[in-house]
Amino acid sequence: MKLRTGLLVAVAAAAIAVAAPVKAEIFKFAFQGDLSSLDPHSLNESFLLGTLGNVYEGLALYDKDMSVIPGLAESWKLLTPTTWEFKLRKGVKFHEGQDFTADDVIFSWQRAASEGSDQKVRAAGIKNITKVDDFTIVVETPAPNPILIQDLPVLFIMDKEWSEEHGTTNATSATGEDKGNYANLHANGTGPFMVKSHQADVKTIMLRNEHYWKDIPSNVTEVEFTPIKEAPTRVAALISGELDLVYPVPVQDWERLDAAKGVKALAGPEARTIFLGMDQSRDELLYSNIKGKNPFKDQRVRAAFAHAINLEAIKEKVMRGAATPTGEMVAPQINGFVPELNTPYAYDPEMSKKLLAEAGYPDGFEVTMDCPNNRYVNDEKICQAVTSMLAKVGVKVDLLAQPKSKYFGKVLETGGFDTSFYLLGWTPSTMDAENALSSLIVCRNKEEKRGLFNLGNYCNPKVDELTAAIGSETDQAKRNAMIREAFQIVKDDVGYLPVHQQPLSWGVSDRVTVNQRADNGLDYRFVVVK
Amino acid sequence: MISFIFKRLLQSIVVMLTVALIAFSMFRFVGDPINNMVGQDTSQEEREALTERLGLNDPFIEQFGRFVLHAAEGDFGISYKYREPVSKLIEGRLSATLELSFVSAVLALVIGIPAGVYTALRSKGILSKGIMTLSLIGVSLPTFLIGILLILFFGVVLRWLPTFGRGDVVAIGWWTTGFLTASGLKSLILPSITLALFQMTLIMRLVRAEMLEVLRTDFVKFARARGLPDRAVHFKHALKNTLVPVITITGLQLGSLIAFAIITESVFQWPGMGLLFIQAIADVDIPIMAAYLVMIAFFFVIINMVVDILYYTVDPRLRADSAT
Repeated sequence: MKLRTGLLVAVAAAAIAVAAPVKAEIFKFAFQGDLSSLDPHSLNESFLLGTLGNVYEGLALYDKDMSVIPGLAESWKLLTPTTWEFKLRKGVKFHEGQDFTADDVIFSWQRAASEGSDQKVRAAGIKNITKVDDFTIVVETPAPNPILIQDLPVLFIMDKEWSEEHGTTNATSATGEDKGNYANLHANGTGPFMVKSHQADVKTIMLRNEHYWKDIPSNVTEVEFTPIKEAPTRVAALISGELDLVYPVPVQDWERLDAAKGVKALAGPEARTIFLGMDQSRDELLYSNIKGKNPFKDQRVRAAFAHAINLEAIKEKVMRGAATPTGEMVAPQINGFVPELNTPYAYDPEMSKKLLAEAGYPDGFEVTMDCPNNRYVNDEKICQAVTSMLAKVGVKVDLLAQPKSKYFGKVLETGGFDTSFYLLGWTPSTMDAENALSSLIVCRNKEEKRGLFNLGNYCNPKVDELTAAIGSETDQAKRNAMIREAFQIVKDDVGYLPVHQQPLSWGVSDRVTVNQRADNGLDYRFVVVK
Repeated sequence: MISFIFKRLLQSIVVMLTVALIAFSMFRFVGDPINNMVGQDTSQEEREALTERLGLNDPFIEQFGRFVLHAAEGDFGISYKYREPVSKLIEGRLSATLELSFVSAVLALVIGIPAGVYTALRSKGILSKGIMTLSLIGVSLPTFLIGILLILFFGVVLRWLPTFGRGDVVAIGWWTTGFLTASGLKSLILPSITLALFQMTLIMRLVRAEMLEVLRTDFVKFARARGLPDRAVHFKHALKNTLVPVITITGLQLGSLIAFAIITESVFQWPGMGLLFIQAIADVDIPIMAAYLVMIAFFFVIINMVVDILYYTVDPRLRADSAT
């Protein structure tokens, strides 16, 4: 156990002593993966950011419903289209007692841009920060950036003094040039919980920060996190009463949880959209029996696929009723979502056959589908269902389901987009539709670093134009109208085949109430032990 | 003896090099590590630069050579995922795996050998038949299933024992032990039984078969003819002569207890090396995988050496041979 010695323990002990009348409420939970590092800039991954969001904070915070509320900044306003003024919160202290000031914000931004950081994209959204006084800063963006605020809840603020003292002014690099980076195993944030001990992949214990600046509903004094890789073990640990919360729980196990005493399944739609993509750029598909041309270049073929897939059946049979079938590439939680476009393509195999015949494939064709088997909820089973549904309209799908490391190595840019037909999931990291448009939907452009996750290279210049305009339009109404137009075009083109929003699936003990955030994040601020 | 040990140690280096070579030639098929190391927003240039810095673009032989050179200095590199030295990660896990394997091995021997002797001597008794039937379950059920069943029964239904983890541990230097706390000991019970069950039945069946064989030999008959008491015949003469194959198998099995603790460790979320390794496979954490495989190879070599040395003490004929 790497017990933190010295100051923090002393502070923690003092905090507990002060709060003596409060009952010790220990909250224990397990997640399938691990907190790989305590460094808030080391990895841009949802579990790491969601967990460290209890220890570190950004200028803004997520509320229960993922709306953005003031955090370490009390308020902000747009001065010119490219400059923002932030008023920082006064009287906030880091866990080890240092004061929070403008210098810490500037330092953290620079650290997020340093070598080894995986937050460079977010850091690059800011061109310069000028300190006006200790609690006022002016932030300059490279271009008008309507969604700057959306990035702030996960751009965590570290203390400058502490980082300099411990020589951790650069983010912990994966290549280990900075051996023993202090922040990888130690944390000093402003959040409601402080790390007491952290042993990678074994156990992490956090204590309540009694001097937290904000009133929060939680009465938890200690959080104990254990990664448990095997789903049956996770579920057993919950039912046996050893843990208060485990996630994810396989949807197949919901009935078991309902039958057990004192626990229940907590489900909700995740902000992640699962969809199918098709190679629309090559002149001949890499994996098909059709030679000399690419059937997916024909809108009728793509529409035929859309009408052949029965999303309701996938929801009922594969997802046990827990998924939300969708017709749009972003979820309702995402800024810019258009409710009217969310109706899925109608399930109509006859129409599908007709469209295939019109396109010149009355007997269908063969194509290979790439699918991960350990990345999304029941991913391989969804692909199997799609395979059998397409078989009914004459399309013979050869399914290649692989572990995510192999799958992503093949279909992403590193593998040369080596796929003809694939399943992917996407949560816009900014919680804004622009991210989905510029990553998944605009024409792929390596030089401009756009559309790099548009694996099949669906390409419509009009969407490109709109996306560029959306990226710098600060008038929300105008911006939303353009987002709507862009998604309408994608839908008419059948650029993608949206499947569903997968369910968040947690197992919770009756002893606690928690808030299930749409990005699968667990915010301890809302955990209440009965 | 010294030259024997020296020769064995030389052999072990060859074995480890071979394992490392095979391991390295397989890593390229495990997948792309980069995608697990960065978030979805990270640009392609960043990804390529990372690949370059990790040396993953270098020719296979260069990567292998670099690994061997560093490993020779005791440096197994930095884990891609945890960004900590691999040697430190393994050091933190070693005690968990060794304690579990040790308890399992003791369980397997302490129960397996007497049960084997008993079933051989009373081969027609009802209890013997019962033990033999039970042992079939031990060899035929997969470890994963046994673990889950034990968890369900003792953890979920009866709630006597913890379902996962190692409980509270006490640190003695870098070694952490679960032997000194109540929760640590309770946590050991289910995983060690799960891990021991297969070895236990194997040892039992082996001892039984050998014992039946030896009991039919002439020298046992002569011993009886000499009027020695049953106890002396069974335990002094017969059992001792069954031990050579038992030691071989037990030795090899001890190696596999350590190596195949992987499954037990992942079922019980036991924070040992096996769990670290299986996680590393999912994350394509090549430094951890390489170090683990080489270390397991080393364990096997050492255990085999100890087994060979034990032969000398158990079997006098070997000593006579080496004298000539």
